[in-house]
Amino acid sequence: MRKQDNDVILRSMTLVIFFIILTFSFALFFGGHYTPGGGFVGGLMTAAALILIIIAYDMKTLKEAVSIDFKKLLNVGLIFAIGMPFVSMLFGKNFFQHFHTYIDIPVFGKTSLHTAVLFDLGVYLIVVSVTLIIILTIGENE
Amino acid sequence: MNDLIQNIAISFIMVLILIGALLSLVSTIGLLRLPDVYTRTHAASKASTLGVMMMMFGAFLYFWIVKGHFNAELFLAVLFIFITAPVGAHLITRSAYYYGVEPSKSTSHDDLKETNVDQS
Repeated sequence: MRKQDNDVILRSMTLVIFFIILTFSFALFFGGHYTPGGGFVGGLMTAAALILIIIAYDMKTLKEAVSIDFKKLLNVGLIFAIGMPFVSMLFGKNFFQHFHTYIDIPVFGKTSLHTAVLFDLGVYLIVVSVTLIIILTIGENE
Repeated sequence: MNDLIQNIAISFIMVLILIGALLSLVSTIGLLRLPDVYTRTHAASKASTLGVMMMMFGAFLYFWIVKGHFNAELFLAVLFIFITAPVGAHLITRSAYYYGVEPSKSTSHDDLKETNVDQS
């Protein structure tokens, strides 16, 4: 068995496909209120795009490209998911009661801004960071 | 007139999906009947990629023309399959070669083996 050292095709295709997967995961995340998708699926797809970089390059490249400590990102996601219910208590609503407004944004037209997105952002960050923590800790233990 | 155009479009979509399913069947038969890994990967990657792409494009056209819904995700999926499936076949074949899988007995010439001997 020979060492495989020439990964030109895989690496250059990864550069193209990484952005397609990332864009699609953002589309899934932001379309989660009206279409199938949401924080969990979007987070898993973002994690899959980052894992593709680990497969094609290595973990050092991922750490140079995305210089985020995923344990801290997990904490940020948990703060979003826990903080959103208390924010709705601050505005005189019940615990965990969502509320929304309609705002005219120039490009998108009439857009509904909903506090469920903040909770979903927490789910997204937690899923991304938990998946990558699992993969990175298993992969580094050589 | 509008009905006529829609009927032509639906027949075109039917032909697309039928040819796509037929190509997938051909790729399965090739997977069963061909002798070694390399020819099997050849059949599996090429024919089923084109088959899946044609079926997806047919579904895309169906939702666009009949239902009036432009589904960009299906179009993106066609592009994605077109990019990724040959790369996957290339990686499988290459790792099979480096792992030492012998090609079939009727192989007459192996250029890659000679270059590898020259380098090492």
